[in-house]
Order: sequence, then C-alpha cells, then structure tokens
Amino acid sequence: METIINDIKTRFEVSNIVDQGNMSFVTCKRELAVALVTHLKDTEGFTHLVLLSAVDWVEDNQFQITYILNNPNRRLDIGIRTFIDRDTATMDSAHHLWEHAATYQRELKEMYGIDFPGSPRVDESFILEGWDDVPPMRRNFDTKQYSEDTFFPRPGRGSNDPAEYMKKKLYPNE
Amino acid sequence: MSKNNKLINWQPDRSKYPKLDENGKAIIDLSSQKFIKTWQGPNHPGVTGNMSLELTISGDEVVEAKTHVGYLHRGFEKLMERRLYIQCFPTCIRMCVPEADSNEYVLAAGIEHLDNIEVPEMAQWLRTLVLEMARLQVLLRTVPGQASTLSLGMGGQWGMYLRDLILDRFEELTGGRIYHMFIIPGGVRGLLPSGFKERMEENLKLIDDFILKIEDLIFTNAIFNKRTIGVGVIDPSWVDQYGIVGPNARAAGFKRDVRKDYPYLKYNELDYDVYTRTESDIYARSQVRKNDLITTVDLIRQILAKMPEKGDLRAKTPNVMHWKVPKGETYQRSESSRGEYGLYLVSDGSEMPRRANLRGPSYTHAVSLLEHMLINSNIADTHAIMVSLQTCPPEIER
Repeated sequence: METIINDIKTRFEVSNIVDQGNMSFVTCKRELAVALVTHLKDTEGFTHLVLLSAVDWVEDNQFQITYILNNPNRRLDIGIRTFIDRDTATMDSAHHLWEHAATYQRELKEMYGIDFPGSPRVDESFILEGWDDVPPMRRNFDTKQYSEDTFFPRPGRGSNDPAEYMKKKLYPNE
Repeated sequence: MSKNNKLINWQPDRSKYPKLDENGKAIIDLSSQKFIKTWQGPNHPGVTGNMSLELTISGDEVVEAKTHVGYLHRGFEKLMERRLYIQCFPTCIRMCVPEADSNEYVLAAGIEHLDNIEVPEMAQWLRTLVLEMARLQVLLRTVPGQASTLSLGMGGQWGMYLRDLILDRFEELTGGRIYHMFIIPGGVRGLLPSGFKERMEENLKLIDDFILKIEDLIFTNAIFNKRTIGVGVIDPSWVDQYGIVGPNARAAGFKRDVRKDYPYLKYNELDYDVYTRTESDIYARSQVRKNDLITTVDLIRQILAKMPEKGDLRAKTPNVMHWKVPKGETYQRSESSRGEYGLYLVSDGSEMPRRANLRGPSYTHAVSLLEHMLINSNIADTHAIMVSLQTCPPEIER
C-alpha cells in the first residue's frame, strides 16, 4: 500500500493521507479525482467500486465526495476524498468506469443536489418522487420542520422536553 | 421424440429484436402496439419487499427493465445525523429487516475503530455467534424460497418453521426476535442463557435433516432444474463492473468472502471453506446458498464448542449519552448472507455522526445489475431472477 500511496502522491498530488493498515484515505483535487480513480482501477487493480458517497461540510460551504475502492486480489482498500464547492455542486462522472457508479451518482444528485453531467438517468428521480424542496440530505434541510409543515399533528399527542419530563417524573417533589 | 426435444430446447434468437439504436439501446415505440408496459410490484408475491419493476415486454420477452424503489424510504441515514451514536442503533438495524445484526455490527465496529476500542474476546465470540445465527435464519428462508418462486412452496414453508426455531434462540439470547440490538459499542449485552447450547444443537439437528431433504425436494426436482439451469446467467466479466458480491459472485467462480478475505471477530479461528461454482445461473446461486447453509450450521457448532464459558462482555467506553467519537472516517465491512455489507462512518468529533452511509449488496444487485440481467429474459422468469440475487429493498433506500 505504501508503494501505491508514494506513487500517487507525486503523480496526482494527493494530500491528507490517513493510513489505517489495509485501508488508506487520501485527498486529491477535484480535477484529478476521476483520473486518479481510473489509474487505480486500470493500473493498481482496484477493480471493485465499493461505495461512492458524499459528506456535507456546510460550515465550509463544501461537499466531500468519497470513492471507496477495493483491490480484491491484494485485499487493499483506498478511500479517495475530493472537495467541491457547495454552491455549484458539480462533479465529473465515473459511470464509464463502473456500471453501478451511475446509480450512486443518481442518488447523490437527488439527495445532495450534486450534478454529474453525462451520467445516465442522473436527472430521473431515484427514491423520492416529485420532490421540489431542498435536497434532503443537505445539512440545511430540517427534517423536523418539514414534518411539522407537511403533516398535521394527531390529536392527543404532545411533545415534552425529555430532561424536564424525566425530572418531573422521577423527582416530583423537588 | 427428437422433434419434441428440439421444441423443448428451442431458444429464440433474441439478438435481432427489438431493433437497437446506435448506442445499443432498444428502440421502443409503445404506439406501435408491439410492446406492453407492465409493473411487477410493489405488491406482488414474487417481489421480495417493497420495490417494483417497470417492465416493457414484447410478447413474453422483457426488452427493457427499470427498478423503482422509494416505497419504504424512511431517511435513516439522515436521522442518524441528528442522533447520539447509541441512538443510531435502533435506526440502523432497520436498514435491512431480515438480517439486522450485520447493521449493528458494522456500526459498532465503526465507532470502536474511530475511538480505538478493543472488544473483549468473549464479546467477539458472542458477536460471531449472533452474526452466524442471523445468516442461518436468512438462509433457511432464502434457499427454499428460491423454489417457492417457481411454485414449489413446500420447502419454503418448512424453512420458515425452522427459521422460527432460530428466532426462538434469538429471543432467549437477546430478548428480540427480529431486531436484537445485542451488539453494542464496546461489546455485547449478555452471556448465553443456561441450556442454550443444548437447545441450539436440537435445532441444528433438525436443520441437518432439512438440508438432506431439500436436496431431493428441490435440487433434483425436474421443474426446478428446468427453470433454473441456464437461466439468469451472470457473466463473470460483470462481477467487478457491476459491483457483484457474496453468493452471486461465488456462483460466477469468484472466491470472495469477507470472512476469509478480511477476517474479523473470530472467523480466523474457525475452519471452513468458501464454496464456489462456475455456471453462474440461478441453480448455481441456489447451490452456493445451500452450501453456505451447511457451512453456517458447522460454524455455529464450532463457535459453541470453542467459545469460553465466561469473560468480559464489554470494554470500558465513555458514557453513551455524552460520547464524543474522535474526528475521522472509516469503512467497516462484514459478510452478510447477501455478500459484503459495509458502513462508511464519518465523525466530526461531536456526539452525533457526521455521515453514516450504508453499503448493502442489493444497492447494486437490484438496480444496475437486475435492470441489465432482465433484458431478453422471459417475463415468467423475472421474479425467479430477482430472488436469485437475494434483493433486499430497504438497504437500497436507507
């Protein structure tokens, strides 16, 4: 793994390397991410795309996109992190490398609003149907507020502050 | 007689119709009246769970298939971002209803990895036991369940009875039948009850007998063979291209099993082989699962024989109500009955996960792979092909 990391460190300018034994996480620039993933797949034997995920770092106005790749023969894993601007939220597509990458990208478009131009059926709804609100996995989407606005409360149900309620229940005389 | 055989073995030349465009996509004009659009699911006896297939058929041949999910979306991953780590467990386990324990394990392992917690040996044995019991109860439903898709329902009913016995063992060990929450960060919740091993052995003997009998009931059945051999073939070149894992990959000749390749818990102290086939059709996948069933029964016996009687159940952990998991990210995997089951966990150093993304095998099997496999199949085989991939819709729409 060390040899692979040393190789990609110079060729793809990867940084922020976290070595966890058989698994490493590295960060690379947005423009080089798909090229790095292609290199790892074609040259280093990371033929299995395990996961394509996103993390919303709303306070930095960035999305982190993570590709987790696996080399089944050498039993190694690598996580490629890249950061994109949250306002424009566009990333290069990897659908030409793996068929199921298009499914991951379709979900990321729906749930985070990250676009992958050219990815098959990326604009078709995947899980949500007719959704026109903020993409729900974004941190600024408030699930509680959405529920209160969308659904009416059932009669006879109330909500309590858990700490206050338990204090009253356990220590009624205090 | 020879003419009849010729008729039975006749296969249409599916390469010529419908016409394909320059991108290799079928040209489908519904107004031509040569095609019918039909939906299989979400309420359909042949659909495993809440998902549906939008099928375009020509005659009895599927020319286009689209998987639709979203009937069961509960936003678990979003909810987990607003909950303490310990509160994530009741949410996380519901991501795959039939095999909840894999969810518990990957979440606990992720937290332990980020906070550098060593799980005591006794707890590791108990976790291994629970994961194998979970696999056993799933396979008791799945192996004969494949025959049920072809109207051989008896094995399926029988398997459900035996599965219930394993759920009884789960109930006495954990208090729950389906959702157990036995695996917690740092260890497990309890020891084996008194007499558990003996009662489990009684159940395993019944399952041994069941395995012998389903060989005659299902695997030598002429209808089952006719409907499964050569049907729903996965080309080995698709395995990495579509992210195929578990029994579906093993039936295509790939010796891949997370328990062997990336040993976790006590699997490296257990003796077993990974069974593979090369035909890669429905029959081969059923055989792989039947052999997984045999292996699991054997592994449970090995675990019960090797595990110590007593020991620490939990490592020392921070108070779960105020547990701030150190900043970092990890990917933890386990081998579920359907294949690699993983969790990508990101912590920002707070009391709640920043991101928890579950990777279930069905995500790829039931969407990109199934949509591809169904093209040119007979509509009567669609549910058998889907069940042979062992799809579990809740893990697609976490």
